Amino acid sequence: MSKTTNISIKEELVDLYLSNLDLITDNSTPTLNRGRQSAIENFNLLGLPDAKNERYKYSKIEPLFTQDLEKYFAPKDITFKIDDIFRCDIPEIGTDLALVLNGFYLPKGDKLTKLDNGLIYGSLAEASIKYPEIVSKHYNSIADNVGEGLVALNTAFVQDGVFIYVPKGVEMNRPLQIINLLMSDENLLVQYRNLIILEESSSASVVVCDHSLSSQKFLSNVVTEIVAKPNSKLELVKMQNEHNDSTQLSHVYIHQQKDSKVTTNTISLHGGFIRNNLNVLLDDAGCENSSYGLYLMDRNQHIDNYSFIDHAKPHCTSNELFKGILDEQATGAFNGRILVRRDAQQTQAFQANNNLLLTADAKMNTKPQLEIYADDVKCSHGATVGQLDLEAKFYMQTRGIGEKEAMLLLMIGFAHDVVKKITIEPLRERIDELVNKRLRGELSRCHNCPMHCC
Amino acid sequence: MANDQDQILNDVTSGDYKYGFVTDVETDIIPKGLSEDVVRLISAKKGEPEWMLEFRLKAYRHWLTMEMPHWAHLEVPEIDYQDIIYFAAPRIKNPNSSEEIDPELRETFEKLGIPLNEQKLLSGFAVDAVMDSSSVKTTFSETLSEHGIIFCSMSEAIRNHPDLIKKYLASVVPYTDNFFATLNSAVFSDGSFCYIPKGVRCPMELSTYFRINAANTGQFERTLIIAEADSYVSYLEGCTAPVRDENQLHAAVVEIVALDNAEVKYSTVQNWYPGDKNGKGGIYNFVTKRGICRGKNSKISWTQVETGSAITWKYPSCILLGDNSYGEFNSVAVTNNHQQADTGTKMIHIGKNTRSHIISKGISAGVSNNSYRGLVKVLKGAENARNFSQCDSLLLGDKCGAHTFPYIEVDNPTAIVEHEATTSKIGEDQIFYCNQRGLSTEDAVGLIINGYAKEVLNKLPMEFAVEAQKLLQISLEGSVG
Repeated sequence: MSKTTNISIKEELVDLYLSNLDLITDNSTPTLNRGRQSAIENFNLLGLPDAKNERYKYSKIEPLFTQDLEKYFAPKDITFKIDDIFRCDIPEIGTDLALVLNGFYLPKGDKLTKLDNGLIYGSLAEASIKYPEIVSKHYNSIADNVGEGLVALNTAFVQDGVFIYVPKGVEMNRPLQIINLLMSDENLLVQYRNLIILEESSSASVVVCDHSLSSQKFLSNVVTEIVAKPNSKLELVKMQNEHNDSTQLSHVYIHQQKDSKVTTNTISLHGGFIRNNLNVLLDDAGCENSSYGLYLMDRNQHIDNYSFIDHAKPHCTSNELFKGILDEQATGAFNGRILVRRDAQQTQAFQANNNLLLTADAKMNTKPQLEIYADDVKCSHGATVGQLDLEAKFYMQTRGIGEKEAMLLLMIGFAHDVVKKITIEPLRERIDELVNKRLRGELSRCHNCPMHCC
Repeated sequence: MANDQDQILNDVTSGDYKYGFVTDVETDIIPKGLSEDVVRLISAKKGEPEWMLEFRLKAYRHWLTMEMPHWAHLEVPEIDYQDIIYFAAPRIKNPNSSEEIDPELRETFEKLGIPLNEQKLLSGFAVDAVMDSSSVKTTFSETLSEHGIIFCSMSEAIRNHPDLIKKYLASVVPYTDNFFATLNSAVFSDGSFCYIPKGVRCPMELSTYFRINAANTGQFERTLIIAEADSYVSYLEGCTAPVRDENQLHAAVVEIVALDNAEVKYSTVQNWYPGDKNGKGGIYNFVTKRGICRGKNSKISWTQVETGSAITWKYPSCILLGDNSYGEFNSVAVTNNHQQADTGTKMIHIGKNTRSHIISKGISAGVSNNSYRGLVKVLKGAENARNFSQCDSLLLGDKCGAHTFPYIEVDNPTAIVEHEATTSKIGEDQIFYCNQRGLSTEDAVGLIINGYAKEVLNKLPMEFAVEAQKLLQISLEGSVG
């Protein structure tokens, strides 16, 4: 039964592609158009991940695409005051800001901004015209179009997204913020692409905030490719804060070269259905990867974090920590896979997943995996599902802290383990505050932002 | 140093399989292949009643609709199910007198260290010896029956205790369960049956010894253990097979039912022929083992030492249905040369205050692959369920693989589930420490591995523990990573 629906959804999407092919290619650039044909062929082979796909065991993708969703292939004019968004900023950092509206880069002035130190950020489509050699070299170079149907779908439909290029030796001293906004009069399918390139010995920190500004249903299928060249350093903080009717399918691909260091921190505060795929390839000696995640889910929200750390070369380190609190009828899944390839000796890989279930209807499935083909390694994983420590709660109660407050304090402490990994201090404080509000049941939108995103 | 270690590793891993001989005994063999007629023939040979044949046929028809599972981390060559002999029984000269065992058979089992002569046996050990498709001899049956314990071959049980069989057979592993269990339901030939009545503590260890002897045969035995309220039994299982170039299929089913306050301990030392150094031959061990803690406060524990078989696919599981019931899984799995193992457990928490405990120790050497795959599932009604799992892997050599695939599914907020896994090799500092104190590298490795596996070995009954320790040494003697 489900199989027939899957085939028809797949056919529908392929049809959508074929019938809009001119519109898509005309509004795009040769570099982005180049990969489309093979991508749609791959998608036609792969389809959407179904229940038999072990990686999607706990998340049903097909029904998401059966909703009636509007698709458009060129940016639509939507007027709203850009100043409002600026106030959503993380205070006291003075970040450079990139805005994306429904998958299209929204320029303040130029579509590409070049800072004094040579750093370039802006629209991916624009960059593929202005800097075709850089973009075509890296675009679609690490995303898995052959094994992942959703990525192939993205590649076929992609129009725009954010491009960040950090030249050799450039160290960015303030974070760059990408704000992804969803706003529409109709239910909307959005597919965009981010490309982040760090040249040798460069360093950058990027903050990504996802917001929905109108109450329509949104389905985002987003691919981010990150290339970290030798000795580069990247910190990526992603904050997901969309409303309950929104779905986000995020695919992050990271290619780390010699001695590079990449840290990702995904804070999922809100969202109807979130699937985060994180794929890290440690492709040369000395790489260090840290992947952190925090998810706070309630109502009927669903979160599924999938991570795949590929230790392809010796002397690399990876460290994963994912923590989550599930309230009401929320469901969660974690699937972390660590692969240590033959001869990837001296590997150190650690992974932990801790979960709190607050109600009888909340549900958590966790599946850590180690696959190891080298012997001189230190690898471990741990996973727990449980509830708050009653003794700790009692301890606080005996000291005059009310039961509710005591539980809150414990949860905040639990969540802080992830938040404290963020090295940008004002951001860390800000996210701590958001987590705090979220756990107190207050809507966790940025409180100085006038927009009622959630 | 490294060369020395490699050399020692080589010596160890080339340790010979001691049980690879063939007994020359007259065997009753049916033609190769599988069909309804074959199922009927097996049933007729066993002199089974009509209802048993019906059960087999139902299973066989269902099996035809199934496909062999491919989800395990194993490379299983195509198996031609028509190229297997589904029934082979050594001829017993006078079937009415159990004293008259073929001397060849007696000798075989003596060679394997299983004397069938009760006088010679250590007291406290009753054995059901199964060769190929049939039970050769069950010792101490009389002594046990004084306590009301039934311990006999499955064929006898079907003849003599049809009520119990009808009630419990396939109650834990239904005939539709999985490809291999369904195949087993259709063609199972023999196995052990054990019934412990209410309030009885079984005075001796019960044990089944499985031996494959005939060529080209598959072995499909079925074991059923029923522990009535307040009873206790400890059950052991051992297995060996001759050295052959061909692969032989072993697809067994073990079912355990534990009622109120009952306790069942099931220990396995699995030492089927693992194939030679180049991965030629060996047994495919595709086994379904499951126990159900049906009663309150009941307890089932699985302990396994897996050293044999070319391919192992085995997940001894516990369904914790009764309130306060407890499931335990202790495993040491060793793979060497070209062996592959995908083994683990399932703990299904259904009752309130149920607990489970999993210890898995994997050791891989040579070019083998060793996976732990386990599921801990807490259902909605399982208040205060508790699980702790620990899965450690030890790698000896840089061409082998060790993998962990735990699944944790929790649907109740009062459950506490913990899982931890580590993978490492024997530290050079550990070996150096032992060397310093005058131990050779080989001894040091033996010592460390034994210490590593001790937590599980300690759970084995004493005689078995000694055997298991020796086995571990033979399988890996001198392996240094």
